[in-house]
Amino acid sequence: MLDLNKSFSSASFYEYLINEMLMGTRCNNCGDLSIRPRPICFKCHSQVLEWVQFSGFGSLSTFTIIAIPPTIMVNRGFSRDNTYCSGIVTLEEGPRVSGFISGVDCNNPDTIEIGLSVKVDFSNMWEDLPTVMFVPR
Amino acid sequence: MVELRRNRRLAKGVSIAGVGIAQFGAFPAKTTRDIFSEAVQDLLNRSEYGLNISDIQCGYIGNFSADRFEGQAHLGSILSDWIGLTPTPFTRVENGCASSGSALREGVMAIASGLYDIVLVGGVEKMTSVPTMEATDNLASVADSLYEVPAGFTFPGIYASVAKAHMDRYETNLEHLMKVSIKNHHNGSLNPKAQFNMPLEELMQQRIDWAKERSAEIPHWNDANEFLNDLMANPWIAWPLRLFDCAPITDGAACALLVSSDLSRHFTDTPVNIIGIGQATGRPLHDAEDLTSFGATRSASKEAYDMAGINPNQIQLAEVHDCFTIAEIIAMEDLGLFTPGDASRAVDDGRTSLNGELPINTSGGLKAKGHPVGASGVAQAAEVFLQLSGKAELRQVQQKGLNLALSQSVGGAGGTSVVTIYERG
Ligand SMILES: [Zn+2]
Repeated sequence: MLDLNKSFSSASFYEYLINEMLMGTRCNNCGDLSIRPRPICFKCHSQVLEWVQFSGFGSLSTFTIIAIPPTIMVNRGFSRDNTYCSGIVTLEEGPRVSGFISGVDCNNPDTIEIGLSVKVDFSNMWEDLPTVMFVPR
Repeated sequence: MVELRRNRRLAKGVSIAGVGIAQFGAFPAKTTRDIFSEAVQDLLNRSEYGLNISDIQCGYIGNFSADRFEGQAHLGSILSDWIGLTPTPFTRVENGCASSGSALREGVMAIASGLYDIVLVGGVEKMTSVPTMEATDNLASVADSLYEVPAGFTFPGIYASVAKAHMDRYETNLEHLMKVSIKNHHNGSLNPKAQFNMPLEELMQQRIDWAKERSAEIPHWNDANEFLNDLMANPWIAWPLRLFDCAPITDGAACALLVSSDLSRHFTDTPVNIIGIGQATGRPLHDAEDLTSFGATRSASKEAYDMAGINPNQIQLAEVHDCFTIAEIIAMEDLGLFTPGDASRAVDDGRTSLNGELPINTSGGLKAKGHPVGASGVAQAAEVFLQLSGKAELRQVQQKGLNLALSQSVGGAGGTSVVTIYERG
């Protein structure tokens, strides 16, 4: 059962994510959508917000291939010889979100196109730190 | 609603009356306080009329992360004590990589408010004491730890994403980024305080010598271009950024003596007046209005230009925050110095080199001078002071009537931007 009464916090965002829901907020005053669930609307500063579920469909707006990973990604097995893609996805509802992009050829970044159609993927959730993840559609 | 004043003005003139710069580099035996003291000593040694350190009434010191790099917080009191200034009030300012850009602004406001007449602003960072991975983690903490870092973004990774978006929209390419690096390394070779106070050719020779020492395969490059295009010598850090697109990890410090303008000639014959200063915040890249531009720089520069009463096309020299080569390009655009898309071509054409129409990063920039994160903002102000007062020695810009200059200090990927406009006094 979808509980829409969670507090507008990052803990709630990631609780939803672990339960395979990409959630964000909608402002009841101006309708602005946000992935990051802040208690105050970015646009009109209203405090009357509600949780909404995003479809998880979107397009890749920019990306990078990380060759020098931070500790958290080293612990997940990444290195100069096992690079990965992080990117920014524009969701079909409008807001953008940073995400881990899997299923692309990190050894040939020129083959990865801006505008690539992607969808959110919950199948490889890391348990130490949940991550918004996308795969090509 | 109260009516807010939109046109911000300094209530009192503020000038830079002297600067001090520590040697930038990697110094295993030096701690934060040693490096900072070196910058203050340089200020005292350069002073024309015997600056008495006890005349300093207040201090603002930019530092990003001595707590993480060195286990030392509360730097205000530590540094005040170390240079013998207690009980003078000292405050550490943390705004990521813009920490001392902001410290400079705090100092300006402290004088403009009428509270003080003589204020020390500075910045210091000791970064080489930790392994590269730990430094990478520390630097990533300027990004959003809840919504950017979990996606795997490193700090170079966020700028790499800006670069990719810029390349996609305009005709910016790897060659343009490389030209920024080559220009800044050339300028750095003329700056004795720079971490890379050497031509790229000397770095290439170092690599060859290392290979010989280790009996490894000896690399061969015909010129700097070949060197920079060799992925063994210049590997990807975060595609499309390579090692030489990234500012190094640096130990360093800088300081500047800010004084009430009516007192400036008691300290120097060549004061530099701060005629405009602005600061702004910006959203993480995914929520930025434009993936190829920092709104914070646009806002901060508008405030600074309005305060100074000038247009971007009047700026004759600029020190901008080139933590990555792409950052210099978008800074040129966001500051209004070049139209979007034209900055890459300007670098390509040499318009921003030392003898170009608008020299940018004459100090070598963060790329070649080095980027001790919390020191970079004031180090830029120090370079502008040296250029406008004709004391930049080998790298002195020869332009006649050099009068107006600008510096831009950025925290994170546009999370903070501080823009300062200077006029020869
Ligand atoms: Zn709203």
